[in-house]
Amino acid sequence: MTVMALSRSGGVHVALAALAALAGIVILPNAAPLYTLINVTLYMSMGVFALSLALLWGYGGILCFGQSAFFGLGAYAYAVAAINFGDTTLAAVFAIGVPALFAAGLGYFLFYGRLSDVYLGVITLTVTLIFFKLINSTGGDAWRIGAARLGGFNGIPTTPLLTIPFTRIPMSPAQMFIFAAISLFSTYALCKGLIVTRFGRAVIAVRENEMRAELLGYNARRLKLAVFVISAGIAGLAGLLFANSVFVSPTMFSLSMAAQVLIWVVVGGLGTLFGPVAACFALQIATAVLGKLGIVDPNIVLGLVLIIFVVFVPGGIQPAFAALLHRLMDIRADRPVAGEVAR
Amino acid sequence: MSELLSVKNLQSGYGRIPILFGIDLSIAKGEFVGVLGHNGMGKSTLLRTLMGHIPATVGTIAFAGTDVTRASPAARARAGIGYVPQGRQIFPALSVMDNLRVGAACTGRQQTIIIERVIEEFPRLKPILTRAGGVLSGGEQQILALARCLCAEPQLVLLDEPTDGIQPSIIEEMKDTLKSLARARNLSILLVEQNLEFISDLATRVLAIKRGQLSGEIDPTKLHEADLAGDIRPA
Repeated sequence: MTVMALSRSGGVHVALAALAALAGIVILPNAAPLYTLINVTLYMSMGVFALSLALLWGYGGILCFGQSAFFGLGAYAYAVAAINFGDTTLAAVFAIGVPALFAAGLGYFLFYGRLSDVYLGVITLTVTLIFFKLINSTGGDAWRIGAARLGGFNGIPTTPLLTIPFTRIPMSPAQMFIFAAISLFSTYALCKGLIVTRFGRAVIAVRENEMRAELLGYNARRLKLAVFVISAGIAGLAGLLFANSVFVSPTMFSLSMAAQVLIWVVVGGLGTLFGPVAACFALQIATAVLGKLGIVDPNIVLGLVLIIFVVFVPGGIQPAFAALLHRLMDIRADRPVAGEVAR
Repeated sequence: MSELLSVKNLQSGYGRIPILFGIDLSIAKGEFVGVLGHNGMGKSTLLRTLMGHIPATVGTIAFAGTDVTRASPAARARAGIGYVPQGRQIFPALSVMDNLRVGAACTGRQQTIIIERVIEEFPRLKPILTRAGGVLSGGEQQILALARCLCAEPQLVLLDEPTDGIQPSIIEEMKDTLKSLARARNLSILLVEQNLEFISDLATRVLAIKRGQLSGEIDPTKLHEADLAGDIRPA
């Protein structure tokens, strides 16, 4: 098998995902009721959020407990910029840029300070909780950035809707749905493409063993910082989509938000991309249904799901499903193929 | 032959425990040097210090005319020093091909051509390119570790006990490969070993290391007669 042939094998997943996304984009806006359309848009924003941690933790090996800090920061940056500038296209750039810039500053101290994984987790969680406390305490007129009032625990309900680029026409729910779908697919394709580049392979090598990677000539700290910044930018994009589906509020920085995304990645499969997105959709639908039924607190079910997966399906949905498929197709178990790199 | 590596009065250790005491060493371009010594004499520490994994406390390391004593391991690797550590240290979750790609990524040159060349040099890897590194046999992992190191196109390769735990047939294959590689690529190799036969068949110059000091030079053809505890001709 040649090098070229091997490098082409990853493209099949992206092509299949593209086809599925395209079908969804065409069918749903015309067929689904408005409530469903908005809900699916919300789920897709969360799917992008799941991808941000799937890339950082699954491929970069960086367990960030405070991914919601970037998610919330993206949403607030968008809301503040949109209210002040009146132009949501520029605000969208802020939604991605501000969390990425913040991650660059925070990551510099974390990685160049050679902090261990445990401290990294604790610090990132602390950062998101600081944001949660801070934003919650910004009620009143004194707390404003330009014309935008931060609104304390009420958030910013007057967040302007994303407009069609370079116009003043706000996107309709159907257009927002299409934008979210394109964002989700583009982010998936970006992550998928990134991990097969030289950069991606180097990041995976650092995840596997930092010292070993350095002995091969890689600057491990710079690579970790780079993937941290990219992941924060993706979380910011998710925040932008969320802000346009619901509204901007401090709950975006909350502990439950920080925990949710971790659960999606664990359940979906660490070291995979499709799995966390699928888990995100499935668990959000389950939470919504359980909430409607009112029999049991959805958070208890979420906790149970996490425990069950950690104990019985530690690899997550995607690897378990792939293993099942391989078994069904009678692929020899003693010749594992390293496709999408699992931990 | 021009000098590639020059080490002067090198001292290093682990924390406050000194291991190496004033190592002086010189390796020319294309030279195959072996370092022989019992366990705990500082063989692996010497390689780790040369690679920058352990900082040098005293002395200098010059590579290709540049002082790299304070350079990071990554900078030394990019400068052209390759390292195959003891225990192979491949990336077990990555496929054989991805291991090679990771090795080649730092060269900044035509990765595909480099990897194709390495695969030609290590034909044993060809049928197992898609297999995960972690499921390979010890011998295959050792060959992969060496191949991955060569993907970075180093000028000097530091080899730490490559025969450790490897079956005899693979050791023979590795010996032949190393011989032809050194010739074809004009590679300089610093081999640390305990396997007398392996080192005597490959090295053009063998140095003995005792208690963190290079205690002398041994004639590679008379290794079996040498007593590493004392019977060594001064360098």
